[in-house]
Amino acid sequence: MGGVDHTVGGLVGFARALRHSGMMCGPNRVQAFLAAVEHVDLADRSRLYWAGRLTLCADPEDLPRFDAAFDYWFRGADMPSRGQTSSTERRARSAALSSRDTEPGEPEPLATAAGDAEVLHNRDLADLSAEEREQLRRLFAELEPEPPQRPAFRHRSSRRGQLDPRATMRALLRTGGEPIRLPRRNRTTRARRVVLLIDVSGSMSPYADALLRFAHVVVRRSPTHTEVVTLGTRMTRVSRQLRHRDPEQALAAAAKAVPDFSGGTRLGETLRVFLDRWGRRGAARRAVVVLFSDGWERGDTSVLAEQMQRLRRLAHAVVWVNPHAGRAGYSPVQSGIAAAWPYVDHLVAGHSLRSLQELWWWVRRLARNRGSGWATTADQWGSRREGERGGAA
Amino acid sequence: MESPAMESPEGVAAALDGTGYLPDDGIATAAFLARRMRRPLLCEGEPGTGKTALAQALASALDLRLIRLQCHEGIDAAQALYDWDFPRQLLHLRTLEAASGGTLNAEEAESSLYTSRFLLARPLLRALQESPCVLLVDEIDRADDEFEAFLLEMLSEYAVSIPEFGVVEAPEPPLVVLTSNRTREVHDALKRRCLYHWLEHPGLEREVAILRRRLPGLDARLAEQVADAVQRMRRMELLKPPGVAEALDWAQALLALGTGDLDTEVAARTLGAVLKYREDADRARAAGIV
Repeated sequence: MGGVDHTVGGLVGFARALRHSGMMCGPNRVQAFLAAVEHVDLADRSRLYWAGRLTLCADPEDLPRFDAAFDYWFRGADMPSRGQTSSTERRARSAALSSRDTEPGEPEPLATAAGDAEVLHNRDLADLSAEEREQLRRLFAELEPEPPQRPAFRHRSSRRGQLDPRATMRALLRTGGEPIRLPRRNRTTRARRVVLLIDVSGSMSPYADALLRFAHVVVRRSPTHTEVVTLGTRMTRVSRQLRHRDPEQALAAAAKAVPDFSGGTRLGETLRVFLDRWGRRGAARRAVVVLFSDGWERGDTSVLAEQMQRLRRLAHAVVWVNPHAGRAGYSPVQSGIAAAWPYVDHLVAGHSLRSLQELWWWVRRLARNRGSGWATTADQWGSRREGERGGAA
Repeated sequence: MESPAMESPEGVAAALDGTGYLPDDGIATAAFLARRMRRPLLCEGEPGTGKTALAQALASALDLRLIRLQCHEGIDAAQALYDWDFPRQLLHLRTLEAASGGTLNAEEAESSLYTSRFLLARPLLRALQESPCVLLVDEIDRADDEFEAFLLEMLSEYAVSIPEFGVVEAPEPPLVVLTSNRTREVHDALKRRCLYHWLEHPGLEREVAILRRRLPGLDARLAEQVADAVQRMRRMELLKPPGVAEALDWAQALLALGTGDLDTEVAARTLGAVLKYREDADRARAAGIV
């Protein structure tokens, strides 16, 4: 494929090859590309390269794919095999994740967690008697998590706030220039979307029921601004099931929808499926995302880190809820948490009803303003402890 | 119609070079195409790769005014587009009242209030009024989704309508540069409207050239030492890898100290100019870079 076809057909063919390699370049990108090449000298390979890169790429992740396709199409290099570049293909299919097993030599973290007797020493949601559970259900029903707010684009007249110059001027005109009334205005607020991602793998199963109950309360309070997704070996969206008024029916419907209760975890890969299918399209965009997981990641943690980075860029704030973080002496060393750590705004425990209320306090606080993007690990850990005090107050 | 500097990517490169901004092929082509195709240019990249500086250099290379809009969360139309000058309107109304001797015609008074005299143009409106100019929309990733949508509308028409005043249209579209640090994803609709350029940190050679261009007193050896150390720092896992700006700061600090050679002792004393986190400084020291 050494011969270069400088006609429009050749360039469109190049764009098609790009799409094949998994890049999202729609017709208007291609159109922009064709418009751009009119302005540059096509014989100059470097100009052609830049005209293509500037118009067809929209993300740093597109760049390696673009470079490979460009080399193949215009420089006669070998096109990388589809196996390497077909990440979109893999993404499309990964809704039903293929069952890749853990490495034989790898220790089984789930077994470690289950065998960790220390968990049982804690009075948390995981070890309550049947009677206490029943009591807890009633308490959940009484929760009224106010939807978090964000500042909106528009102002609205209000009793408090800054003077509204426009309305004041109109009032003055009516009263012949006498400032009898000084209208004020304030920023309107709107509900900020909340996404609850609940890890339902084996190690989290003691908490799954309580967390889904909590999610139900949140969904009921603000159905249009809440999304609930369970993550395990697969990703399942249960927002619709949880909109049921009756908690028992809602939970039963959700349980029926989730095929992988108490299975393994592939946090990174399921997170990728969520981001591809829902997150990018809008569910996670500028939302407060709450991830309930203990961070026992079986898969490669680099996938998790990568997906957490994506999530963090889409979301307004990311809160990680780890039931084990409620234990004394806990430090975030599990491979999953360690990998995701840089992309988490805040870590809370969420092992008890009170800590779930504390979580909500943080969700509402972070919805208004997210902390600085450069918070260091130590800073975040510090602010978590402060948060506990704040939540208790 | 175009200034000769904008006739070709080489022309742009030369013009930018003249202002002290050393562009690579990509930047020159991006700026050239943005001007030619009348499309905004969206620059993304790590902090310190020269996104904002590009807009400034373009303005001075093309001898155009630079109008800058710094984005932040919750930015609204009154901060970005226009507002009415309320105190002056009030004074004007008082004057009219006094002059009329109590026979103020409310309708006439109102129409005299909403004229360009009392219109406070904020960056976006000013860019439309004063075009041709370079409009820099800095750190668009900090603004809200609604603001992006609003910007998209303005950038596709290069016009805005003000209810009491009418439509303001740019005689010639301004050259728009948007920058983003990718703290969040910019919306696809806005990306589609723009040319997209991902800026990388410059390579060793170009960084040395940039240092020497911007700091004429810097000798070649020291420039190379600084650039080399900075390049190695960028390959480490740092919280905040140094950008070109930090390299420049560092070189300037060394110049101020009158150092001719970047040895361990001098480097340790001036490390604060280039690394802004204690953890990063520790890591650089442990790796033996300084």
